Amino acid sequence: MYLVQFLLLSAVLFCIGVYGVLARKNAVLVLMSIELILNAVNINLIAFGAFNRSLDAAVPAEVFALFIIAVAAAEVGVGLAMVLTIYRNRKSIDLTEVDMLRG
Amino acid sequence: MFTSLAAEGGGPTITASGWFLENVFIIPLIMAISFAVILFFGKRMPKGGSEIGIAAVGICFLLSLVTAGQWIGQVNYAENDCIIDDESHVICNGVQVDENHGDEESAVAFGENEYAAGTVLVAGVEADGESKGGAHPAVDATVSQRTWWSNGGIDFTVGTMVDGLTVTLLIIVTVVSGLVHVYSTDYVAGDRRYTHFFAFLSLFTAAMLFFVTSENILQMIVGWELVGVCSFALIGHWWEDQDNSDAALKAFLTNRVGDMGLLIGMIILFFASGETWSIIDINKFAIAGETSHTLLLIASLCLLAAVMSKSGQFFLHTWLPDAMAGPTPVSALIHAATMVVAGIYLIARMYGVFFEGLSIGGSSINALALIGGITTLVGASLAFVQDDIKKVLAYSTISQLGYMALALGVGAWTAAIFHLMTHAFFKACLFLGAGSVSHAVHSFDMKKDMGGMRKFMPTTYKTFVIGSIALAGVPPLAGFWSKDEILVGTGGWGFFEGEPHSNGAYTVMLVMGMITAAMTAAYMTRVIYLTFFGEFRGGHHDDHHDDHAHDATHDAVHAVAHGDHAHELVHAGAGAEVHHDTHDDGNHHDQHSPHESGPRILWPLRILAFLAVVAGFLNLPKGFLGLPKGMLQRFEHFVEPAGASYFPPISHADPSWSLAIFATAVVVLAIALAYWYYFVKVNSQSPAATEMINGPTERSSLLKAGHTMLKNNYYLDHIYDSGEPVGAAGATAMATIFGSAAGLALGFSLDNGLDQPFWPSLIWGVVLGSTVFIIVNLALQTGTGIASFVKGRLAWVANWIHENIIDGTVDTIGETSVTTANAVYRYIDQGVIDGTVNAAGAGSSGAGSELRRWSTGQVQQYATVMFAGATLLAGLLIIVI
Repeated sequence: MYLVQFLLLSAVLFCIGVYGVLARKNAVLVLMSIELILNAVNINLIAFGAFNRSLDAAVPAEVFALFIIAVAAAEVGVGLAMVLTIYRNRKSIDLTEVDMLRG
Repeated sequence: MFTSLAAEGGGPTITASGWFLENVFIIPLIMAISFAVILFFGKRMPKGGSEIGIAAVGICFLLSLVTAGQWIGQVNYAENDCIIDDESHVICNGVQVDENHGDEESAVAFGENEYAAGTVLVAGVEADGESKGGAHPAVDATVSQRTWWSNGGIDFTVGTMVDGLTVTLLIIVTVVSGLVHVYSTDYVAGDRRYTHFFAFLSLFTAAMLFFVTSENILQMIVGWELVGVCSFALIGHWWEDQDNSDAALKAFLTNRVGDMGLLIGMIILFFASGETWSIIDINKFAIAGETSHTLLLIASLCLLAAVMSKSGQFFLHTWLPDAMAGPTPVSALIHAATMVVAGIYLIARMYGVFFEGLSIGGSSINALALIGGITTLVGASLAFVQDDIKKVLAYSTISQLGYMALALGVGAWTAAIFHLMTHAFFKACLFLGAGSVSHAVHSFDMKKDMGGMRKFMPTTYKTFVIGSIALAGVPPLAGFWSKDEILVGTGGWGFFEGEPHSNGAYTVMLVMGMITAAMTAAYMTRVIYLTFFGEFRGGHHDDHHDDHAHDATHDAVHAVAHGDHAHELVHAGAGAEVHHDTHDDGNHHDQHSPHESGPRILWPLRILAFLAVVAGFLNLPKGFLGLPKGMLQRFEHFVEPAGASYFPPISHADPSWSLAIFATAVVVLAIALAYWYYFVKVNSQSPAATEMINGPTERSSLLKAGHTMLKNNYYLDHIYDSGEPVGAAGATAMATIFGSAAGLALGFSLDNGLDQPFWPSLIWGVVLGSTVFIIVNLALQTGTGIASFVKGRLAWVANWIHENIIDGTVDTIGETSVTTANAVYRYIDQGVIDGTVNAAGAGSSGAGSELRRWSTGQVQQYATVMFAGATLLAGLLIIVI
């Protein structure tokens, strides 16, 4: 196994995520795409951590992945709550229609 | 020291054991738990939570007794000079009483031998004590502490400190609190916040007990504030009435003023004494005299400010009479017997600091004695003109607290604490008696609603009279002994016997104390006449039918509360229902006479009256009637920590028969005069009369002015409240007080500091005081009276100068300013500044209308731009690095 394999996987995942965020109109799918991006980062972190393990590091790199998972969970919670509210008010979760901040 | 001995000995004896002394924290803890339990479960209890409070106080009282017993045991033990030498021999008074050698048994046998020593050697110790001039054994306080947390090398500890003073306060607080609890079950029965009331009584008791057992000054501050908060809550118990709520706020805020002093003083002491919180260490540090006197002076003055607010010393005393808005049991507990003595306790506890800081051991007048003396006079004079029976007692309390402060100020430590104890008993008795009367007549107004009550309420009458003569200081009741000790402590006749420098300056305190004693006797006679003699003047009220809390001043509350009766009955349960039944009878008693209160009110009164009679015998003076030494000065013997490391070296005055007889004569004379005035003269005109028609205040304008001044509380509230003009009488009052105070202080300090003869410096002081008087007077009159004062030529000259010189200058300056200002406006303001501002505005507006095209509101467009930017940056990073 090579490090580059993981990095490629991560890059692919990241690109899929970015595509989803930029192109999908469904807010829930956008949120899911954000999860993809975050997990791509996680893979990166863990891969680097596993291949460059340093014994004198204070904390292992995986810890940061755990942080990201926790934060992502919270973020999804908030995001879904917002999506729900938007849906209640507009009966739609199409992001292109949500443009109240237009200048 | 001793407790470690006991631990070493491990003996099973009672006298050597100090378990309760070390674990005294249990006592406040019980009350705190009681508070929580009443708050959360009280309403579901059959008696609304009061039974928990009474049980808790009862347990605390028993524990306090045990603690006191152990303390007495310790003092007795130390009296025999018992030590353990290297070979575990117990040696008392230099005689080895422990015949066992250092084997295993000696530890067990230790206790018994010690006990035997305690009994066998009494005679020897007495003889020894005489030769030492009655010196006490030095018993250090029992301290147990834990480190709460450490920070920056400073240990923050929590713990308890027990000595004679603590034990005394423990017993006073639990006794009075227990009786007040019992009394309240009747007095506030049926109240809408019955449970809440008892919860706060518990919290208050807990706070006070916590305060008196504090080991360090941080804990003292916590206890001090807790006591203040409880006072706030209980004064405002009937907060629906704006007056009560205001009174609660006033008490709280006035106390906050002093609390600043407390904080600052404590902080000064903390840093000065090498960063320790311990009371003992701070006192030791102060006594050691290694620090600058000024530092201690400032610290003790700061603490004194706190004492002035908490203990109602002049001129921060104004909250205390207003605090009578609370229920009467609260007044008895908080504003007579316990909370207000927190200030006195603070001085007694930090006596090393005060003693050194204020030079109490010297012969000059100090701030503490002066404030105490003024307070005692002010309080007694104000008590004369009150119509509200509780307010008389409130001012009387202020006066007596002044007495205690005075005693501490002249170095009579034991006398002050002794007076604190006797006062707690008889003043609680008086307050509860007043409550009992008002319970019957639904009012506190002596002139309108009382009179002739002795026929209706014989027991209340008897206990009230006992309390009154104890307060007045008639022998052999409690007040006499403690008051006499204070008078002796001021130096007695020393000054008149030609010793101007042996405490001579305190002679003025002796005079103040004498005058107060006379006034006290007189105003209590007045109260007794107005309340219990003459003809019944009440019974004409028809608006108190549902006055279930028996307090006419709270009509508004009860009007509100009335709508809630059904609700209350559900919650308060059977007890309240019974009560309301009895009160349905009571509602018709406006037609017939008031009736005596029930047993739950009368028994506390009887017990307190009993204590008011006997408490004085605890500290019979030295050499009294040739009684054996074991019966004399017991209080001083066990309470005063003389010789302990944290207590300053105070000197004791010898009791004087002539002084005691003179003071008694003064009191009897005052009673006789007041008796003649009220019981003979007023009563002969009309038994229903309350004061003489065309009385002295009507005939003499001077007396009338004085009366008005007293009625207005020396105009202090005017000054504090609204900044209204004080008026000539007020100005005169203030100037007189401050002027003469300054004069006295100056006179005596000159006397002390320059070693000058006494009288010339007193005259200088009075001259200077009068100057202050005149200056203050003029300053106060300037605001209101100058226009009518300056007339005629002087006014004309002033006017000419005003029109031509002053106005001319002003006009020139004004015109120049206008010209300059116009130029500035036209060129600088309009041209430069406005131009800049407009340009900025136009620029922003243009930029905004361009940029708003970018702001589409489409989230994904924003994201695209963001990703593009991020990609760009990443690309840059790769290329550059």
